[in-house]
Amino acid sequence: MPLYVSRRCVVVPGDVIGEGEDFRISGQGFVKVNNKYVAIVLSLVDVQGSSVNVIPLEGPYMPKVGDVVIGLVKDVGITSWLIDIKAPYSAVLHVSEALTTPFNPLKDNIRKYLDVGDLIIAKIISFDRAKDPMLTIKGRGLGKITSGMVVEVAPSKVPRIIGRRGSMVNMLKNELGCNIVVGLNGRVWIDSSDPEVIGVFVKAIRMIEAEAHTTGLTDRVREFVRSEKKRRGL
Amino acid sequence: MSITPSQQVIIPKLKKRSLLELLEKGKRIDGRGSYDYRPVRLYSGVIEKAEGSALARIGKTMALVGVKVGVGVPYPDTPNMGVLAVNAEFVPLASPTFEPGPPDENAVELARVIDRSIRELKVLDLEKLAIIPGEKVYIVWLDIYVLDHDGNLIDACMLASMTALLTSRLPKAVVDEKGSVQLVRDETTDMPVNGKVVIVTLGKIGKHLIVDPCLEEEQVLDSKISIAVSEDSRIAGAQRAGLQSMSEEEVRKAIDIAFEVSRMLLEKVDEASRRPSTLWEALIEDQY
Amino acid sequence: MEKPVLIKDGVRIDGRKPDELRPIRMAVGVLHNADGSAYVEQGRTKVIAAIFGPREVHPKHLAFPDRAVIRCRYHMAPFSTTERKSPAPSRREIELSKVIREALEAIIFTELFPRTVIDVFIEVLEADGGTRCAGLTAASLALADAGIPLRDLVAAVAVGKVDGTLVLDLNELEDEYCEADMPLGMAPSLGEVVLFQLNGVLRPDELDEAVKLAKQGIMKIYEMQKETLRRKYSKGLTQAEVS
Repeated sequence: MPLYVSRRCVVVPGDVIGEGEDFRISGQGFVKVNNKYVAIVLSLVDVQGSSVNVIPLEGPYMPKVGDVVIGLVKDVGITSWLIDIKAPYSAVLHVSEALTTPFNPLKDNIRKYLDVGDLIIAKIISFDRAKDPMLTIKGRGLGKITSGMVVEVAPSKVPRIIGRRGSMVNMLKNELGCNIVVGLNGRVWIDSSDPEVIGVFVKAIRMIEAEAHTTGLTDRVREFVRSEKKRRGL
Repeated sequence: MSITPSQQVIIPKLKKRSLLELLEKGKRIDGRGSYDYRPVRLYSGVIEKAEGSALARIGKTMALVGVKVGVGVPYPDTPNMGVLAVNAEFVPLASPTFEPGPPDENAVELARVIDRSIRELKVLDLEKLAIIPGEKVYIVWLDIYVLDHDGNLIDACMLASMTALLTSRLPKAVVDEKGSVQLVRDETTDMPVNGKVVIVTLGKIGKHLIVDPCLEEEQVLDSKISIAVSEDSRIAGAQRAGLQSMSEEEVRKAIDIAFEVSRMLLEKVDEASRRPSTLWEALIEDQY
Repeated sequence: MEKPVLIKDGVRIDGRKPDELRPIRMAVGVLHNADGSAYVEQGRTKVIAAIFGPREVHPKHLAFPDRAVIRCRYHMAPFSTTERKSPAPSRREIELSKVIREALEAIIFTELFPRTVIDVFIEVLEADGGTRCAGLTAASLALADAGIPLRDLVAAVAVGKVDGTLVLDLNELEDEYCEADMPLGMAPSLGEVVLFQLNGVLRPDELDEAVKLAKQGIMKIYEMQKETLRRKYSKGLTQAEVS
């Protein structure tokens, strides 16, 4: 039974992508109604042979267990912090998931370790429909951010900023000579304090966001970063 | 009653630090210099039904002003003058922090600052707006709609207000034998407007003064000051805001800078008032 | 004012034929802060819609454990009407906010976002008839722009009876003097009605005709909505890929 789209195209909510079982469909942003696959979010559909992949172009970040996110401390309790992870739900970081030593609330104040306005790289350790996401900052690469800059991006563009098997973010790390961590929730951290490097980085990120749905992007961004570096004398 | 605003938006400490570090080097997060204004785009005549209208864009900030004319009774202490009513709505479309409801203290402050700048300079000649002196006068409503908030709402709203007023039309008032007044909306004359005024807002972070703060900068500012400057180079109003103080010297410096910057803004008002536009052009301009 | 002649020899006061829509223009992504936004112009009617969310509900007790709350505000700017309108919500705006919210509830996958709120804000910037329909059309576009999962887009238009003739897409003057005014909103791919009101009097056969006429208009508006959304990504894709 037919596929109603060809090669690469944009589908909108209500569009029928295909019908029947003659193709393999993967990705998100669609549902199966009777025998039809219907798009429910503005998405890019990529067809390779009889494989169809649906990639949403817009949408909020929905937390998933195992995701690495960049959070902002918005409130402090007695034994936990409330974290903004740019999602429809606030996240909670319990002191036991932040410190390696036992914590005594009667003797100690968690503000000493993390306060309102601090940024953290964290991992989601639990989340379900009934409870807010819980985080941990114990683990390699996790913890408080003390330098550099955090840039916000649309969460739907994050996969493109990472690239296939990290190709895009690794290219940026190489070209800019510093560490970059991409939070799946739409925040990206660059560990540099050079305003020129940060300037190039921000421009590159905006370019990726604007052209996320196109092909050959990694090469074009590499070219752009190189010419910007030259222009700024980096 | 006014209450210290609770921190609706938490600013990362790192961001405030980076902002200050950049400023030490004379740069701002968007690459501007301390006294640089963002690109200003101004469009007049965008709401066809209104007697006057304008849309102002400063960077990503967007404000729409509509001028409507009606008939009413004058204030008892000024029986031969028309009435100007300025109102501002921070509609929830403009920011995740704006709630539906009556104007809050920020919206009221903004409306009153703009009202004073227009009124004190007599930019709108209220004496020409009497219909039956002592009984019936023109009411000019200037309604400000903030559509997108990326900082410096006062300057944007003033630009739109001034342009809307300048390009407004006054409907003809017809008085019948019984003394009641009807407005003939398709027979109009110029609105009696003399001169122009714009507002320039500066922010203070640490010891730095910056012109036209964007939203990210506004969130970490120590204080703000807005200066209204008229076409004939007079100071038509001032308003200081924020939780920290400013030195006298800083205030004087801000006034000087405001004068410099006002020239560009006054020119924009002039250009926009000579070339009517459409709301489509104003909203869609950078897209297609 | 005396009632004008609204239709003569099959020509309406603005020169349109009975089954003709007013010129329509649409765009998405017109606001930067909103998660999704859309602007719709239908004749002189100008409407802008913005979406925020899904986001946390405050106060928490208003949240549902298994689905998102939808908050909808239909509001007219003071300068949008002939006589200046007070910014305070009128009874009409309160009713239309409910009617539009319920239309959107039928097509949003609310169960995907428990304990959250999705805010829909519609502002009429200039009113010349058909504002609730244009508002619903814009709100659905804005939701799609925000990437909120929808069963289908929603398109709406009003059909009225003027001087005995059924006409599509009433302007303000026709709305004021018509014998009946029927706004209809549909999710066209689902074939479902989400908004249906009648103000005035129609015979049953006239109602059938009116619905048929409205559906014609809705299909055209629906195609325009899809084209507007696809156009957002046309840079970098060929013309064939976009359509």
